[in-house]
Amino acid sequence: MFYREAGVFKTTYSDDMALLPIPLDKFFVLSVIAFMVLVVPFIASEYWLESILIPVLILSLAAIGLNILTGYAGQLSLGTGAFMAAGAYLGYKFVTAFPDINIVVGVLVGGLASAMIGAVFGAPSLRIKGFYLAVTTLAAQFFLIWLFTKQPWFVNYSISGVPTAPPREIFGFLVTGAESNETARYLFVLSFVIVFALIARNLTRGRIGRSWMAIRDMDIAAELIGIKPLQTKLSAFAISSFYCGMAGALWAFCYINIVEPSAFDINRSFQILFMIIIGGLGSILGSFLGAAFIFTLPIFLNNAATGLGLEVSTALIRHVEFMIFGAMIIFFLIVEPHGLARMWSIAKEKLRMWPFPY
Amino acid sequence: MSGVAPVSGQAERIGGELLRVDNVSLSFGGVKALSEISFDIKKGEIRSIIGPNGAGKSSMLNVVNGFYQAQEGSIHYKGVTYAPMRPYIAASNGIARTFQNIALFRGMSTLDNIMTGRVLKMKASLLEQALYMFRGKSEELEHREHVEKVIDFLEIQAIRRTPVGRLPYGLQKRVELGRALAAEPDLLLLDEPMAGMNVEEKEDMSRFIIDVNEQFGTTIALIEHDMSVVMDLSDRVVVLDYGKKLADGTPDEVRGNQDVIDAYLGVTHD
Ligand SMILES: Nc1ncnc2c1ncn2[C@@H]1O[C@H](COP(=O)(O)OP(=O)(O)OP(=O)(O)O)[C@@H](O)[C@H]1O
Ligand SMILES: [Mg+2]
Repeated sequence: MFYREAGVFKTTYSDDMALLPIPLDKFFVLSVIAFMVLVVPFIASEYWLESILIPVLILSLAAIGLNILTGYAGQLSLGTGAFMAAGAYLGYKFVTAFPDINIVVGVLVGGLASAMIGAVFGAPSLRIKGFYLAVTTLAAQFFLIWLFTKQPWFVNYSISGVPTAPPREIFGFLVTGAESNETARYLFVLSFVIVFALIARNLTRGRIGRSWMAIRDMDIAAELIGIKPLQTKLSAFAISSFYCGMAGALWAFCYINIVEPSAFDINRSFQILFMIIIGGLGSILGSFLGAAFIFTLPIFLNNAATGLGLEVSTALIRHVEFMIFGAMIIFFLIVEPHGLARMWSIAKEKLRMWPFPY
Repeated sequence: MSGVAPVSGQAERIGGELLRVDNVSLSFGGVKALSEISFDIKKGEIRSIIGPNGAGKSSMLNVVNGFYQAQEGSIHYKGVTYAPMRPYIAASNGIARTFQNIALFRGMSTLDNIMTGRVLKMKASLLEQALYMFRGKSEELEHREHVEKVIDFLEIQAIRRTPVGRLPYGLQKRVELGRALAAEPDLLLLDEPMAGMNVEEKEDMSRFIIDVNEQFGTTIALIEHDMSVVMDLSDRVVVLDYGKKLADGTPDEVRGNQDVIDAYLGVTHD
């Protein structure tokens, strides 16, 4: 975003409150969207679409979900993986039970089912906070994965226990399952991410977003103003889980092409938590930056090692990866809780003034 | 008003009873924070509550807006009896407040903090908010307009976008007043709004309090330690000491009360 923001004055509140306050910012976002929709499918290789863009987009959606709960509403959750699993398994149940209903509905139903489960596990948040709440969500993580693994009903009594994603079409193009074309699948995932990222932006800027942040910053004062703590916390849990549930369904249908529990284990929960810490707590942009960074760093390290002609074991690469993540998490938690997104806006601020900082 | 013609603007400004505290007692374990306190607040007046540290002043306001629930006694507000008052009822019936220890939302901007003051007036559904359409948009604009008036009134335009955690103490107190004002309260409870301020900041804050009272007709209950401020601003003063009511009357009456001089003002005469 290398243009300057000086000299942009808003004359009405409506302008000032538009989704993206600076016209150029709006222009920038629209161009990114146009680029992702119109250009990327033609220039990106199959590998890029299938192994990088699709998973990064889906993880961004999950990161937005967790960011709503943890970054905006201040409720720590370690159950992200389980809420994704709920979306994947229940979305799968719905899609296979009603094969004629559009797959978009299937993904949304996965999200809704997860939202309800999220609200149930979020109920204790009225009474317990911080560490203890995190333990409750951890219980959700283990319980739900156990349930989906042990109950064959969830996978339609599939012999292997890991059924393949049902192939479904939109406008005559297959968009789910291993047979589908990666471009169609990419565009399918991308549309979900665009629509729901914009919705998340609207929500977080409006009344409900302010109520989430008020509860996060000082719940007692929020309550005395008239914000209802239970309703506000439960809405954060439900909407957060809705996003995670959609992400889980997309992960199973459009990325790994099977419905399996190990994709949604505790490591996934931590991975997404790290994404929002590094990307920026309480930032939609940060959710994307964090997801892209955490997902691509290992790939980058691998390529760098081979590029340099180094013989390194995968174990070593994993260790390096953990060290980098660990150091960055400590850095961001202590120095810059708003993560990469904040560093981006500081850089922009500097650029706005450049070359005369006064 | 029967028989007695209003002598000054003062009398017209003040109307009938808005709130009555009736025989309120509150204790924490063994500590009796309030014992059998009764007093009233009239529409349009500035009513101060004074007393030494630990006298029970903050507890009194907390009982009024339902943050603490008294074991005994009741609150009559706008003709309805509450025993006890509840925070949500208080907020939705026009009681707003500031806190002795600032209770702002530190991670949010000045603007967002003040916008939260209008939360009870916003009705847009989740879907309308998600799409930023219909009431989701129109309400946001309408309330933003009102909040801008509050911002102009308090002269804090320059810090609109600043996260309040980064503001100096005096400005934070002002933003907190803004958040309370945004709710357009009928009764405004201010717990030591000038504590820790320098003379200039105190003058500004006093001016805001008078303006709020005169321009919007807002009834104000004020806790304040600075006697000159209290004597200047208040129509009537309640004095508490060790949870008991010591005196109640105009600033002059209170100033002349021997019990008060002994217990409180007297300290300076020693
Ligand atoms: N939440 C609480 N738990 C236990 N004791 C409390 C609580 N709130 C107040 N008290 C006690 O009640 C008494 C009155 O306290 P309160 O804060 O109302 O005094 P105050 O007049 O506002 O004093 P200050 O001028 O220092 O603000 C004190 O003894 C205090 O320790
Ligand atoms: Mg006090």
